[in-house]
Amino acid sequence: LPQAKYKERGTVLAEDQLAQMSKQLDMFRTNLEEFASKHKQEIRKNPEFRVQFQDMCATIGVDPLASGKGFWAEMLGVGDFYYELGVQIIEVCLALKHRNGGLITLEELHQQVLKGRGKFAQDVSQDDLLRAIKKLKVLGSGFGIIPVGGTFLVQSVPAELNMDHTVVLQLAEKKGFVTVSEIQASLKWETERARQVLEHLLKAGMAWLDSQAPAEPQYWLPALFSELCSQELSPEHAREATP
Amino acid sequence: QVKFDSGVLLLSTHRLIWRDQKNHECCIAVPLSQIVFIEEQAAGIGKSAKIVVHLHPASSNKEPGPFQSSKYSYIKLSFKEHGQIEFYRRLSEEITQRRWESIPTGQAMQVKKDSQAGRIRAVGIVGIERKLEEKRKETDKNISEAFEDLSKLMEKAKEMVELSKSIANKIKEKQGDITEDETIRFKSYLLSMGIANPVTRETYGSGTQYHMQLAKQLAGILQTPLEERGGIMSLTEVYCLVNRARGLELLSPEDLVNACKMLESLKLPLRLRIFDSGVMVIELQSHNEEEMVAAALETVSEKGSLTADEFAKLVGMSVLLAKERLLLAEKMGHLCRDDSVEGLRFYPNLFLTQS
Repeated sequence: LPQAKYKERGTVLAEDQLAQMSKQLDMFRTNLEEFASKHKQEIRKNPEFRVQFQDMCATIGVDPLASGKGFWAEMLGVGDFYYELGVQIIEVCLALKHRNGGLITLEELHQQVLKGRGKFAQDVSQDDLLRAIKKLKVLGSGFGIIPVGGTFLVQSVPAELNMDHTVVLQLAEKKGFVTVSEIQASLKWETERARQVLEHLLKAGMAWLDSQAPAEPQYWLPALFSELCSQELSPEHAREATP
Repeated sequence: QVKFDSGVLLLSTHRLIWRDQKNHECCIAVPLSQIVFIEEQAAGIGKSAKIVVHLHPASSNKEPGPFQSSKYSYIKLSFKEHGQIEFYRRLSEEITQRRWESIPTGQAMQVKKDSQAGRIRAVGIVGIERKLEEKRKETDKNISEAFEDLSKLMEKAKEMVELSKSIANKIKEKQGDITEDETIRFKSYLLSMGIANPVTRETYGSGTQYHMQLAKQLAGILQTPLEERGGIMSLTEVYCLVNRARGLELLSPEDLVNACKMLESLKLPLRLRIFDSGVMVIELQSHNEEEMVAAALETVSEKGSLTADEFAKLVGMSVLLAKERLLLAEKMGHLCRDDSVEGLRFYPNLFLTQS
């Protein structure tokens, strides 16, 4: 009998807290509404403010983009902004996959997304893209972000890329290509390990082989081609510069 | 206003370069050392966003350019196709870092170091700086008010998170003494706030009433598209399809996944399937991937061998799903692979059929 009483009390306590949460939720909703009425435009227009907002949410353990049904999405309109961006990112990556094997620089992705959005759409920053991509991971089609150089590569295919692959991609980012000797020199790997990683990237379509390069075969990343073109160094100069 | 329309703006450590998109020969540049400061001008109706670049007076040994002189001390960069946010950020960085002072330039450009040029401050510039300072103060005030309000809001949100943690702990302690109703209520509160569900990580994921409703909606929306696509679609395809159709009040990726996880238990005519690779698809209940494998085997046999790309083109499927089907066929023993740098190619498994 005392057991039953104890159980009952336990349930009542939770019920109390749930009721309290429900009330506080209503209050919070009102606060958010007020905030939205004053600052909704700021969030829409100011990418730095968006970053601040997102960081603060993350710090306290709240994900404003978890659901389109959440308060944040409903009242601040942040949801639609990022979810639509997600759709645009998926479409760009799909369109270019045959060319770059499912690997694209954040810069090129940014350019292409802006193009697709058209002149009258709101501008988006690279930070916005990264946040949208992080949300896409959960869909299971292999979306991921790989830090390289000072920027990022965006993966959009379910290829397994482990630490070894990532490190080689980072090495290749400097010139757009990498060789087995460079890997050996920088990373101190044995030939076999380097070859395996490069082969994996070739098979995934993320790297192309230039077996006619002067010194030794060069493994190029098509994902970085557009970045190479935008540098001041012309292709002729680049070729001259390489030993 | 000048006639430099339709081009590409490039930024290096030393210069701001504009190249005509149509006539590649036409290319003009401004050394970054000539820039006093830059400011943004927001877009408006009929006007694109701009960056105004205020310049020092030209030095006497300036390179030949489109104009020998101008009555204006600034140029305006008009971003008709966006990109101004990133460009402003990068240009600000370069101007602050002043890397042109330490990095030698390459060939061609004759850089006469005129140490006087940097120090001359024309009267007009002081006036501009003051105006900019005022504008900055005004913007700062608005921003700081927004940040203040944001901080206060976050304080309240934090309280909600604390409360939810305490309830979650209670639920953990009272394992099973919480009614299903209460669990559902709690989950929906978490959903509203965007707080991850700390308690339940099982079957329904973060399933709530909302997700149940969504699942039923999806079953309606996706029936025809699925039939048109051979009974199977990847979750990314579904995400795009559904959100493009909605236009507003879009679904988050998580909403979609959580709803799809409930399809089977709600006995709806669609189901979620997760392949070994992690690829997630929605199939019609009537769809039988294993049967499709038999058809795939025929196709591959006819052609001798096929890669995922070739198979996809032949059958009219996405490469992603084509690959999964071939992998499944391989798993079932009907196909075997030849994995070389030329690509991944599938052959009928003769070990099985010809023994």
